[in-house]
Amino acid sequence: MQNTPALEVKNVEKTYTGGTHALKGVTLTVPQGDFFALLGPNGAGKTTLIGIITSLVNKTNGKVKVFGHDIDTELEEAKAYIGLVGQEVNFNPFEKPMDIVVNQAGYYGIPRSVAIPRTEQLLKDLGLWDKKDKNAMQLSGGMKRRLMIARALVHQPKFLILDEPTAGVDVELRRSMWDYLQNLTRGGTTILLTTHYLEEAEQLAKHVAIVNKGAIVAEGTMDEILATYQEKDHGKYKAGKLESIFLALTSQS
Amino acid sequence: MPLEKLWISFYTIVRKDTIRQFRVWSQTFLPSVVTSVLYFLVFGAIIGDRIQDFGEFSYIHFIIPGLVMLAVVTNSFSNVAFTFFTGKFFSRNIDEILVSPTPPWLLIAGYVAGGMVRGIITGALVILVSLFFALPPLEHPGVLILFLVLSSMIFSLAGLINGIYAKNFDGITIVPTFVLTPLVYLGGVFYSVSMLPELWRSLTFLNPIFYLINGFRYGFLGITDVSLGLSVAVLLALTAILVGINWYMIKTGLGLRQ
Repeated sequence: MQNTPALEVKNVEKTYTGGTHALKGVTLTVPQGDFFALLGPNGAGKTTLIGIITSLVNKTNGKVKVFGHDIDTELEEAKAYIGLVGQEVNFNPFEKPMDIVVNQAGYYGIPRSVAIPRTEQLLKDLGLWDKKDKNAMQLSGGMKRRLMIARALVHQPKFLILDEPTAGVDVELRRSMWDYLQNLTRGGTTILLTTHYLEEAEQLAKHVAIVNKGAIVAEGTMDEILATYQEKDHGKYKAGKLESIFLALTSQS
Repeated sequence: MPLEKLWISFYTIVRKDTIRQFRVWSQTFLPSVVTSVLYFLVFGAIIGDRIQDFGEFSYIHFIIPGLVMLAVVTNSFSNVAFTFFTGKFFSRNIDEILVSPTPPWLLIAGYVAGGMVRGIITGALVILVSLFFALPPLEHPGVLILFLVLSSMIFSLAGLINGIYAKNFDGITIVPTFVLTPLVYLGGVFYSVSMLPELWRSLTFLNPIFYLINGFRYGFLGITDVSLGLSVAVLLALTAILVGINWYMIKTGLGLRQ
């Protein structure tokens, strides 16, 4: 189990009703304990891929395994490992943060006697404790994002998937979220992150994959990606400038 | 998931929905009670005396089972259809369950149980209200409870199909208005099927609500238009079909996943 990747995606394809070919044979592996950044422009297929991994989207072809569990045959086992922070706010705005997080634990079979103290700690850690009894609709944008992180963490997942978690979040809060996520990886949690803030990926990720028009166009460790493209293009890109590499790769095709 | 975890997940779905029902009691429980009071006033206290008795029973006694059933059916259906649809379409918080290891059959069981809670509580409230107008006899309480459970379960299952499949708000209002209400009113709430011409009587036998009202009326009054065994068999078959459709829709993501 130690060597089993947190995520294996093999030749995954997705064609939506209507014909949009969103994923064209995506293959990638996320090792356990990794902080993996999945980058790409809008419409590249990142959210579709996350939807397939979390079973919110049906794939057309290919295989997905989470900690060795095939989502076609062992879906419930696979889902038990995953915590998801989706791109869109998706909780009931009339519920209280405390209830949202405790109920989420319930769906994973965690008794309330365990879920309540765990939720209290998460809300304190994420700066939401004084809002625990407010309606979720009264939270600011940044608070809603943090509430989604608390909800995704309440069952202590080994694999946390974050789809643009810092979108629309101010710089100070974004930095504090980075620290929080880095602490999680130090504790052994594997993280898959999509973001449009490339300095965020550069700062946090060990591995990176760049997806464009439904296909992976670059994959490796952050250092490899930066170095490879520097060599290939004879120093065309400035060292450490992921943004330049990203733009070159995603605007070519 | 081990049995204990399955139970916790089920309990969470039902608890959440039940708390919501009580929080918005004026939208969930009260409307059916008010409607029933109006029916009891009009058909019982005001014009009931001018309507011929049904055998040994007064007209208000005759319609009490149907009115209770009307409340159970509509509340069970709309509770599940509405909560599932809003969770899917507006707040998208249905994802909270879909990403969890909660299996499809448990999601169905949880939502249906939530609908049954509302249907049965509302039905009990309508029975309580009826006591102010006429004390109904209670011939077979076991049969009454059986049909209360069956009716709330069947229409919670039907409501879930509606909630899963609906693509817009019209999709969850059309079925109750144009399908459910006619079926209820033509299922024998206000009359006995024996009063109908042959053709209409035959058509009534195709209406599942007729069997619910029939069984429920037997529980109260001890009278029936068709055999109790046939009613139970039809309703159990219908339950199995609705469970199958729900399971298929949730398992394959039909109407839920892209």
